[in-house]
Amino acid sequence: MNVLVYLEHWDGKFKKSTYELISYATALSKQVQSKTYGLILGSADNTEIEKLANYGLENIIVINNDALQILDNQLFTDVIYQVSDKIQAKYVIFAHNNTGKALSSRLSAKLKAGLVSGVISLPDSLNPFIIRKKLFTGKATAQVKVNSEKVIITLSQNAYGVYENKVAIQNVQVDVAINSSLHKTSLKEVQKFTTKVLLTDAEIIVSGGRGLKGPENWNVIEELADVLGAATACTRPVSDEGWRPHHEHVGQTGKIVAPMLYFACGISGAIQHVAGISSSKYIIAINKDAEAPIFEVADYGIVGDVMQVLPEITRKIKEFKN
Amino acid sequence: MKILVCISNVPDTTTKIKFTADGKQFDGTGVQWIINPWDELALTRAMELKETSNGLIENITVINVGTKDTEITIRKALSVGADNAVRIDAVPTDAYAVATEIAKYVEKHPFDIILTGIESSDYNGNAVGGMLAEILNIPSVSSVSSIEIVDGNILIAREIDGGKQILQVPTPFVAVVQKGIAKEPRIPSMRGIMAARTKAIEIIPSSNIQPLTDYVYFELPQPKGKCKMIPADQLDELINVLNQEIKAI
Repeated sequence: MNVLVYLEHWDGKFKKSTYELISYATALSKQVQSKTYGLILGSADNTEIEKLANYGLENIIVINNDALQILDNQLFTDVIYQVSDKIQAKYVIFAHNNTGKALSSRLSAKLKAGLVSGVISLPDSLNPFIIRKKLFTGKATAQVKVNSEKVIITLSQNAYGVYENKVAIQNVQVDVAINSSLHKTSLKEVQKFTTKVLLTDAEIIVSGGRGLKGPENWNVIEELADVLGAATACTRPVSDEGWRPHHEHVGQTGKIVAPMLYFACGISGAIQHVAGISSSKYIIAINKDAEAPIFEVADYGIVGDVMQVLPEITRKIKEFKN
Repeated sequence: MKILVCISNVPDTTTKIKFTADGKQFDGTGVQWIINPWDELALTRAMELKETSNGLIENITVINVGTKDTEITIRKALSVGADNAVRIDAVPTDAYAVATEIAKYVEKHPFDIILTGIESSDYNGNAVGGMLAEILNIPSVSSVSSIEIVDGNILIAREIDGGKQILQVPTPFVAVVQKGIAKEPRIPSMRGIMAARTKAIEIIPSSNIQPLTDYVYFELPQPKGKCKMIPADQLDELINVLNQEIKAI
């Protein structure tokens, strides 16, 4: 009864979240005394696959086919389903990201296996299977019991951590039938954002609220983000006003982030925004109103005008780095 | 074409979350219930598509799995402009049970486009749409930030890391939608509210689906320690913190 972990790749490459997923999967295998199999669909670079062995992954299954180059939820689920059957997986693990959410839900229905999404730790108990997840957008956690024999989980990003454990990796051959007629969606066009650092991958995020007063002032956010190698983000009113694009909106109805450091600049701290950032390791808030609720959730606070404080911080960081 | 919008009844997003003293249940006393924000955007987009489709889209139905208490939320969806409403009379125990109940309805009453929100803002399951598509054996597209009908073809934008993909999808399909799908949720007009009063909500008995998961215990996070204030004229202290403690520089 093994552990199967689905390893998404981005143009053949992996991310830190992949290594976290493997660290988690191999720890779960240890807890349940079984083997871990990593599954890659499509073509990943060999040197990238080698790196996976640094985090304890011993068995890798690569299934490559023309029909598997662009994600199609129905076809990909069918292939993962067959692999999970062939290797007798009892636990199937996905990242709690766009693709993981799309595939885990379909697989859960196909296997009739209980799905717990957004888990934050290893199971509290195996029999019955009980595990913790976040809910109410990070405002609470819960223990969830899975009633089925097989279990599917999606792992919250930055919840477990990356652990190095060098092993030898071996390719495992698994024969599956690729039913390409299931691939009913067809790709017409790809549009890229010009963002330098992706919000969902970012270790540091510099975010601005209505305190910035207008889109013309965003240079102070961008300059601080540049010097920190950070991603930029914003609150809902800012994206609703059209000052910044929707994909930068962080909060309950936008993106939920979990960076190491979140700079909240000119952000009052509405409950919906706080819900989206509460998993950040550190929050630094800058606001001219000393009573702003953002200071209740921040680790460090500065009372002042963002238009003056931010350039000063940027200047001092540059000075420090030199 | 017919559109089905799956709606979930959730606590207002400003709700201060609390649980019963034994930690076994969400404490709903004094809570204001609303249409799940993404489902509301899905409904808004469905309305926009219908209005601009020159009759191609004939009908929008909303469906909810819930007890009688959710009818206020369903009524609101009708007042926004849905043509029909269905309530499956069951407690929504888990995503699998909800998806299976809806699938049983759709098998008898086919739809061309099925919309669900990316997640419910309470249990954050991110699951009903994908499960529903799998049970119905039809395609699904997740992280959808736009749906357009161009010359009768359906074009969907799927948000991916660092951009988006435009996909063409044959009907029937499930689209799991997120922020961006519609600009702002539509507010019911007085005429809509009056019209909704006389629209019937079709009630379907539960199929008593056994959930695959159960919530056994709820907890609130530990409150954070006090925020340390750094005077705006002593930013060297912040540089120290960034370097020594946070190790960001």
